[in-house]
Amino acid sequence: MTPAKHSDIAINGDCAVALAWRQIDPDVCAAYPITPQTIIVEKFAEYIANGEVKTEFVCVESEHSALTLCVTACSAGARTFTATASQGMAYMWEVLPIAASMRVPIIMAVANRAVSGPININNDHGDVMSARDTGWMSLFAENVQQAYDLSIIAPRIAEHHEVQLPCLMNLDGFILTHAIERMTPLDTHAVKKFVGEFKPLYPLLDVEHPVSHNLMDGPLFYFPHKYQTVKAMDKALEVTKQVFKEFQQISGREYNLVEEYMCDDASCIAIVLGSSFGTMKEAVDQLRREGMHVGVAMPRLYRPWPISDLAKVMKGKKSVIVMDRHLSIGSYGPMFPEVVAAALENEGEMPKMYNYIYGLGGADTMVSDFVSVYKDVKEGKAKRINYLGVRE
Amino acid sequence: MVNLANYKDLVIGDRVIKPGSSEEFKTGDWRSMLPVIDLDKCIDCLTCWIYCPDDCILVKDDKVVGIKKTHCKGCGICAKACPKKAITMVEGEE
Ligand code: SF4
Ligand code: SF4
Repeated sequence: MTPAKHSDIAINGDCAVALAWRQIDPDVCAAYPITPQTIIVEKFAEYIANGEVKTEFVCVESEHSALTLCVTACSAGARTFTATASQGMAYMWEVLPIAASMRVPIIMAVANRAVSGPININNDHGDVMSARDTGWMSLFAENVQQAYDLSIIAPRIAEHHEVQLPCLMNLDGFILTHAIERMTPLDTHAVKKFVGEFKPLYPLLDVEHPVSHNLMDGPLFYFPHKYQTVKAMDKALEVTKQVFKEFQQISGREYNLVEEYMCDDASCIAIVLGSSFGTMKEAVDQLRREGMHVGVAMPRLYRPWPISDLAKVMKGKKSVIVMDRHLSIGSYGPMFPEVVAAALENEGEMPKMYNYIYGLGGADTMVSDFVSVYKDVKEGKAKRINYLGVRE
Repeated sequence: MVNLANYKDLVIGDRVIKPGSSEEFKTGDWRSMLPVIDLDKCIDCLTCWIYCPDDCILVKDDKVVGIKKTHCKGCGICAKACPKKAITMVEGEE
C-alpha cells in the first residue's frame, strides 16, 4: 500500500502528542500539569472543551492521584492516557509498579526532565531511568515526528493481549516538547483504524463476569506474577517489531528496535537515547568526512531492552561508547552496564567499552562535543567513565 | 486449585476471576489458639457468630454447634464478644 499524502505542519513536541491523542480519542485522561509536559494536557483540554474528543478528562490534585485514577479507569475497561515529567513522575512512583503488576496498558507521555535536586527544569533522563525497574515499557522519540508516531504506536503494543503492560513514551523536555519542527501527520481516520478498539482483559465494569483486581500475593504468588510480567516484556519485543511494520505500511516511516546510523562498516559506534541521536548523526557525518569509521545507534526501547539487536549492532566493533543522560550516583551511567551485558551475547568478542555521562540538567551538548567524544576514544584519552563538560 | 509450579496457571495481572475464592484460602493455617465453646454456658445468642470475621462459628437450627477449623484463625474475637464467657482460647491446633 502506498502511504497517502498529507501536508506537513509546524508543531512542537507537546502539541504533536496532544494531536495524536486527539486522533485516538482515548476514553479517559487524568494529568496534573508539570513543566515541560504542561502543553500536552493544556492542548488536549482545549480539544475536549471544543468537543473535538469525547475523552473524560479528570482534573486531579496531584500526579499520585492522576496515575491512581488512570490505573482504576484502565482496570474498569477504559483506554487511558496521561503525561508527566520529573518530580511528577517521582510523585507517581508508588503507583508505577502497581500499574505494571495489574497489567493495565496505560499510555504515559514523559517530557523528560532532570529530577531535583538541585532544582532544575531542563532535560535529562533522570525521571524515566528511575522508573526502569517498575515494569513499564519505555519508548524513546528522537524528534517531534517520532513523538507523534510513537504516541500512535504505543497503545497498539501496550494493549496487545499477550503484552498488557503500561508504556512510557519519552520525548526530551524543551528540546522536543517546546521546539517547533516540521511534521507529517496521518489523517484521523487512518489513526483510528490503526489503533483500533480497546479490548480490555477482565474489565471491572463487565458486571456479567465479576472480578477482583490488585489482590495481595503471598510469597508463593508474588514471584510467579512478577515472572509473568517478565514474559510479557519478552513478548513485547516481538509485538513491537510487528506493530512497527504495520505502522510503516500506513505512514511510510520505518522504525526498528535499534536504529542505526553508519554502523555497518564502523569500527567505533556510540549508543545514545532520544534527541541526541540526531546531534550525534551530525557528528558522525563530520567525522566520516575526516575519514573516521564511526557510527551511532539508538535503542528505540529502553524496556524491554532489545538485547539481541544491540548485540548485533556491536558485533565486530573495536569500541563502543555508551552515552548516558543520567547518573546512577556511585556507579556507571544506567545504560552502560546494560550495553556491556548485551555485548556479552557476542561470546568471546568484547569491544572496548566507554561510558560518557552528558547533558545533565539540560547542559548543552553540541555536535562539537560529540565529535570530541569519538576523537578522545580514538586517541586513547577516554577513561572508562567520563563526565562530558565537567572540569575536574 | 492453582498449580503453583507454573506461572502460566495464574490469571494475568493479579486478578481473581471467579467469586468465592476465599473458601480456598485456608486462614486456619495461621492459628496458634483455638476457641473452645462450653455449650453448657452458651445461651445461643449468636453474638460470636455475628462477630467472627471468618464465618467460623458453625450454627445448626439456630444453635451453636462448633468451630470451622479450616478457617478459624484463632483471633479470639468470639471469646471477647461472648456475653456469657462461654468461649475459652486454648493453645495448640486442637
Ligand atoms: S477465634 Fe476468631 S476466627 Fe476463630 S471462631 Fe473466634 S472469631 Fe472466628
Ligand atoms: S456469644 Fe457466647 S453465648 Fe452467645 S452464642 Fe456465642 S458462645 Fe454462645
